[in-house]
Amino acid sequence: MSTTNPPLPEFDIDPRAFRHLADAQVGVELDTGDMILNLGPQHPATHGTLRLVVRLDGERVVSADPVIGYMHRGYEKLVEFRTYPQITTLINRIDWLSSFANEVPFIDAAEHLMGIEAPPRAQYIRTILTELSRIATFVLFLGEMGLQVGALTPAFYGFRDREHVLNLIEAATGVRRHPHFDRIGGIKDDLPWGWINETRTAMKTVFDACDVFEDLVAGNEIFEARTRSIGIIPPELGAAYGVSGSNLRASGVDWDLRRDGRPYLVYPDLDFKVWTHPDGDSFARYWVRLQETRESARMVVQMLDQMPAGPIMAKVPRIIKVPEGESWVETENPLGQMGYYVISKGATGPFRVKIRSASFSNVSILPWLLRGVFVPDVITILASLYFILGDIDR
Amino acid sequence: MGLVEKGTLSKPALKPLTWLLNYSRKYSLWMFQWGLACCAIEMGAALASPRYDVMRLGVIPFPASPRQADLICVSGTVTDKMAPAVRRLYDQMPDPKYVISMGSCANCGGPYWDSYSVTKGIDQIVPVDVYVPGCPPRPEALIQGIVLLQERIQNEGIGNHELEQRWRGEPIVVE
Amino acid sequence: MSDVSGTETPEADVEAEPTEEVAPDPHVLDDLHTELVARFGNELGVAVLDQAAVFGMPVVRVRRIDWRRAAEVAKGALECDYLSFIAGIDWMPAPKEGGDDAGSDTSAPVQPQETTYGAAGSDGRFQVFARVQSTSRHWGLTLKADVDEESLLVQSWVPVYAGADWHERETWEMYGFVFDGHPALRHLYLPSEFEGHPLRKDYPLLARVVKPWPGLVDVEPMPGEGADADAEADAATTEAAT
Repeated sequence: MSTTNPPLPEFDIDPRAFRHLADAQVGVELDTGDMILNLGPQHPATHGTLRLVVRLDGERVVSADPVIGYMHRGYEKLVEFRTYPQITTLINRIDWLSSFANEVPFIDAAEHLMGIEAPPRAQYIRTILTELSRIATFVLFLGEMGLQVGALTPAFYGFRDREHVLNLIEAATGVRRHPHFDRIGGIKDDLPWGWINETRTAMKTVFDACDVFEDLVAGNEIFEARTRSIGIIPPELGAAYGVSGSNLRASGVDWDLRRDGRPYLVYPDLDFKVWTHPDGDSFARYWVRLQETRESARMVVQMLDQMPAGPIMAKVPRIIKVPEGESWVETENPLGQMGYYVISKGATGPFRVKIRSASFSNVSILPWLLRGVFVPDVITILASLYFILGDIDR
Repeated sequence: MGLVEKGTLSKPALKPLTWLLNYSRKYSLWMFQWGLACCAIEMGAALASPRYDVMRLGVIPFPASPRQADLICVSGTVTDKMAPAVRRLYDQMPDPKYVISMGSCANCGGPYWDSYSVTKGIDQIVPVDVYVPGCPPRPEALIQGIVLLQERIQNEGIGNHELEQRWRGEPIVVE
Repeated sequence: MSDVSGTETPEADVEAEPTEEVAPDPHVLDDLHTELVARFGNELGVAVLDQAAVFGMPVVRVRRIDWRRAAEVAKGALECDYLSFIAGIDWMPAPKEGGDDAGSDTSAPVQPQETTYGAAGSDGRFQVFARVQSTSRHWGLTLKADVDEESLLVQSWVPVYAGADWHERETWEMYGFVFDGHPALRHLYLPSEFEGHPLRKDYPLLARVVKPWPGLVDVEPMPGEGADADAEADAATTEAAT
């Protein structure tokens, strides 16, 4: 059983002493220690200022401790000193990729307290803008998860295809991001001339982009090898941690607040499918978001066909004083379940607002999820969970 | 040789050489993007998207580490927890170095001016060369900020002593 | 115990005017949530102190010592496997910025100075509240419990819901509630040297105290406004009128 080894060089010490280093299966215990690796707070892969302190044994993670708070701006304290329109400006920046979707639950909660309902056209436009921001967020995700796994091209595709949707949002609201377009009682302005046709064209581009991503990224065998069976979230544990949105649906839980929660916006009138995947790994999360992008584009086309004419703003007083009460609205935001618990005492600003943000709970599962994975898989898992630091830290 | 540090290149006689040095420096800036918050996405759109391509100005976007960067663009809210990291990053950059503060959060605290955890402007920590206002500033606004910086770089050492001050890492006093 | 009447306003201790003028009462619970509240009440019995319905969502206030038991009942008998959040409320009205003789901060909204409590009432200044939902039954429940002002002790939900870990760390950081049974209460958002609990009402925002908002100053005229533009506009309108 001798392998043909090349002749050993001349040593004056016994070369057999070195043999155990070449053959790792010999049960010689090398004295190793754990290494503590600090990922972040500034790291291209952490989507912002997340710091992960991981303890490594070789390449395997023994324990991971996310340190957050590097983007904590104190939202819940700041909103106690601002009026409702000022808060609408501020909360755009919680989940800063899909800015419009942050305003919707808060305005909804305030409208409940005031007993006002926005007219149907305003609801349709709000829903269209929410779905457009979902498309914009997900298209960036589809491109940028490829970047985290190691492919540079999908990132450029992601940024480029996002521009189509940002053009639409800019045409309707005036800015590419942080539109501050929602108002208590309706929306700020009506749609510009020709916007509906532009949106139809843009949705065709979105469908094409989804096909490209499905082929280029999801169909790539290296991507599959990097993401299949990586970071499996069991559904019961995911629910106990509060993981929501596409992350939980990728573990097989059929729960979407647009269909199952309290009816909000115009989702009861729409016909859409909720996508789930049984696996719960990183590939499943990618796949679910890809299908949801297509589904959102279909929903936008439906809404453009069904949109009624009419006013865009209900009758509201000039200085808005929201009556006393409490109200909770939760919505299916692109990153997950977002909710606002508004406690009002009858003033022009709220008394207390509890902001339930999706990524906070999504990231809280990381200490459990990252045990035993390799270091490159840590990056893949972070990318597939898709959190935004503003959403975690508020 | 230390030509620049000694102030040799700021002499009017060597003006063509200084001009050439600045010309080649301004069109080969290596920009480190310290993207913290929402402005980081607009900076990403300026750097990585084919629409607002910043490479046509000579600015190369993704250095591997701050030790290889000339220009840093701080975009997004800086909190008190993050501030030491910003300072450490700035100290890691080799001279001459430039700082662009992008967005109102980095300029002055922005919409979070009254927060208990936000640093009201990074100019409390690092010296800033160009402030790009906006919330978030459009990618074109960032590109305009870079162009302004490039004009400033072109004029260093021509009629002033900024060139050797930058090379030596001394503070530039603005009157 | 389990009678949620749909026609009266939900606030218990508040002398406020009715909040809704819409004809169908928005606070009535649908059948699903009525069943949820009934089952919860049956399981917990005396532990439920008060309950209310807030725009179709049930709010139940439980006894302080039954806080963890309420979570166990919600997770077990009511199949509420999803933890949405755990947070705190401070019912004290915020003191006026800078004291009574400071100039008026015209930007911050003026809150009423009397202490009133919200849905399902409260015993004192602090409360902890949480929301749990069921991914299978599609119902949700908001739970509240009072927190004693001196001891600030709350039972931890970590043995029941694994995700309570971070929520309780945040609530401790922001309010100072000590969660009994939590593995490691340490700072989550704030730097380790931070002093104070920011979300309490008596924690001032120093930036507003140091430099109060001056109101509208130095307003530049928009393009088209201003003295010359006004004169031109007047001339144009008189021309058009004749």
